Formats: sequence, structure tokens, C-alpha cells
Amino acid sequence: MYEQIAKNKRRTILMIIGSFVFLGAVGFVLGAVFYSPAEGIVWMCVGLVIAGIQSFVSLRYGDKLVLRATRARAVSPEENPRLHNLVEGMAIAAGIPKPDIYVVPEQAPNAFATGRDPEHASIAVTEGLLEMMNRVELEGVLAHEMSHILDRDMLVNTVVGTLVGAVVLITEFMFRMWFWGGLTGNRRSSSSSSSGGGMVQVIFLVAGIALLILAPIFAQLIKMSVSRRREYLADAQGAMLTRYPPGLASALRKIADSPNAMRVASNATNHFWLNEPTRLRRKGEKASWTDGLFSSHPPIQERIRILEEM
Amino acid sequence: MSATLWILLGGVAVVLLYVIFAFNRLVALNQRVKNGWSEIDVQLRRRYDLIPNLIETVKGYAKHEKQVFERVTLARSQAINASGVGDQASAENAISSGLKSLFAVAEAYPELKANQNFLALQEELSATESKIAYARQFYNDQVMLLNTRIQSFPSNLIAKTFRFREREFFNIEDAQRGPAQVDF
Repeated sequence: MYEQIAKNKRRTILMIIGSFVFLGAVGFVLGAVFYSPAEGIVWMCVGLVIAGIQSFVSLRYGDKLVLRATRARAVSPEENPRLHNLVEGMAIAAGIPKPDIYVVPEQAPNAFATGRDPEHASIAVTEGLLEMMNRVELEGVLAHEMSHILDRDMLVNTVVGTLVGAVVLITEFMFRMWFWGGLTGNRRSSSSSSSGGGMVQVIFLVAGIALLILAPIFAQLIKMSVSRRREYLADAQGAMLTRYPPGLASALRKIADSPNAMRVASNATNHFWLNEPTRLRRKGEKASWTDGLFSSHPPIQERIRILEEM
Repeated sequence: MSATLWILLGGVAVVLLYVIFAFNRLVALNQRVKNGWSEIDVQLRRRYDLIPNLIETVKGYAKHEKQVFERVTLARSQAINASGVGDQASAENAISSGLKSLFAVAEAYPELKANQNFLALQEELSATESKIAYARQFYNDQVMLLNTRIQSFPSNLIAKTFRFREREFFNIEDAQRGPAQVDF
């Protein structure tokens, strides 16, 4: 289990570095193709600055926003001593301070953790989860969420998420600039149309347009891939905390069989949850490979299988 | 001349950096072991505080189970006075098994099992029991990391120089491994 965690960590670090490089490269190449290499560097910097500011703001205020968006309500130890005891036990096992505890008024069984570091963390569970799970299963779920806090996944998600957002923003912005610029005849084509480099320019332009379209898709793929890695990591680490993988496995099985869909589900908060909220698949229905690429969570059956093998 | 000097300086710098890194790592682990121990202590104290309440509540319904009460009370006072990790661990074992038989006794008294106070104490005690288990797990993990560092080369040289000492594991033998809670 230790090796699995170490491997996942290395991959995640590579992913983050990769997405920074990707953002920089997209900014540079697009800027260079549509304007000039010097402007490419400017665009690269613009992208990184936007991503930096966005990351900062959402790390500072993101947890409050998510809790409000899901209509989560803080619960006191008197109101639910069992939940508080279990969370405290997991915090002790992880060696971090006890996070704030929230309940989401929602019948579908699910849970999420948020907060920029272990000192400013919250765990939220749905009412459905509290009703459906026994002590051991609930503890398994809480251990999974505690691992997200321990690994600072909020930070990872936010950084990767905003980088992706910046790629989308930049490509969109450039697309518009180029489109309107193109209509009025932009600098580059007017200055060099007579110099015979027309063919090369056309190739560059086509490649640029392809990149404009593909970059946001790739960005999305990177984000989801990071998210799925983190889920496996949290499963493994959660099992390390409780020393009892069957607890979470049994909770996930109950979730997989539960018919309730989430009302508060939205793409914006998808990656926070224990299992992907909007995913509604009938039993026996096969997942296509594109589903796998664009989902924020690994297939639940696969997660159960891995837990059972631990 | 100057090339060898640079290489020499570089080598010294690398060694120095390693010493700083290894030393800080040992300090951090030592601190985590201490934190782990104090968390165990907090939870053990919590259990000492809960036991008299529990005995009072059970006494109200089951007067003639004196033996069990005495056993738990004795184990508690021994645990409070225990010193050293090993002693503490064996004293806590005695409490855990005493509590188990106390709750087994309670099974025979239906009115007791319906008592709200008793039920709340039961939840508290079983939660404390599992928190002790988790605190112990964290402590033992950190002790293992620390001891490994102190024993393995080359960090053992630094540990010896700065007199870091190995810590003792907190061992409580438990009948059933698995979910760390006790179902009374």
C-alpha cells in the first residue's frame, strides 16, 4: 500500500507540472502563431498570471463557496455525537486537527472534503449517507475524505482546475481576437502576404486553429485524469487509516446500488464528491472508453475491486 | 588546483546539506512521536473520567456485581499510576478487558440497557476506545519511522551524534484486528 501511495503521488506531481507546462506552451504557441514569438511570451505570462490569481482566490474562499452551493449545514457534537466521534477518530489516526463537520440535505449517499490545508478543512456528508451506512462503512467514507484533506487535494484540484480554466479562457479570447482581427485584416497577413510565405502561413494557421479547438479538450482530460488518480490515492490512504479496506468497499457497493440522484449535482462541484454525483448508470450497462476519459472519478466497481484486493 | 578545490567545496556542501536535512527530519519525527503520545494520553484520561460515571450508573441497576466493579476500579487506578510506555500499555489492557466484562454484565439487565445515560456513556466509551486505538496506530507508525531512521545508515550517524534515542512501541494486544471499534 505504501508503494501505491508513493506512485500516485509522483504521478500527481508530474501532472501538475505537466499542466503548467501545457498552459505555458499553449499560450506561447498560439501567441507566436497568431501574432509574433515575442507576443507569445507575453501570452504565456498572461495565462500563468490569470491562473495564479484564480488559484489564490479560490483557495482562499473556495471552501465557503462549495459549502454554500451544496446548502451544507454545520452540525454540533450534541446533535450527532457519533459522526463527531468518528471524524475525530479519523483525524487522530491521520495526525491532523479535527475538521469542521457539515451535513448536506440530500438523500443520495455521498460526501466531500474541502479546505486549502488540514488546518482549514471541512468534511460534509449527505443525510442519505448517514441513514444508509453503518458505523464501519461511515468510518471508511470519512477516512477517504480525511485522506483528501491530508493530501491537500483541494489545493491540487484548484491549481489544476484554474490552469484548465485559464487555457479555456485564453483560447477563447484568442479565437475571438483572431476572428475579428481576421475580418478586418490583421497585421500579420497584411504585412507578409506579398513575401511568398503564404503556404507556410496557412499551415501555421491551420495548426493554430486546431490547437485552439483541441487545447481546452486536452486541458479537460488532464484535469479529470488528475482527479481520478486522487480518488484511488484517497481510497488507498483511507484504508491505511482505518486498517480495514472492506469498510469503504461495502460503503461504495451501497452507493453503487443506491437509486437516488443528486439534486445539487453540477459540473462545478463534481470532483469534490466521494463518487461522481451525476453518474446514473443502470446495472450491467457497460462504460464506454470516452466515459472513462471525461469522468472525475474512476469507475466505482474498479474501486471496490481494488479495495477488496488490499 | 582551483578545480579540485571547487570539487572539494562542493562535496563538503553536499554533506553539510545532508546533515541539516537528516537532522531536521529526525527533529520532526521526534515531535510527531511526542504529539502522538500526548494524543494517546488525552484519550486515556477521557476514559479514566468516564469510568466512575459508568460504574455509578451500572451500580444503580446491578448492585451485587461487586467483583466486576472492583476489577475495573483497580485497573483504572493502576493505569493512572503507571509510568513508562510498557507499563501503561499493560494497565490499559486490564481496563479494556474489565470494561468488556462490565458491559457483558450489563447485558443481563434490560432496564439498564434502556437507560439513556447508560447508552450515552456506552457510545462515549466505545468511541474513546476506538480513538485510543487510532492514536496508538498513529503513535506506533511515527515510532517506526523514527526508529528506522535512527537505525539505518547514514542517518544513524547523525542520530548518534545528536543523541536521538529510539522510542518504545505502545502495544495493546487486541483479540480482533479489523475495525478498531469495540461492540459491547
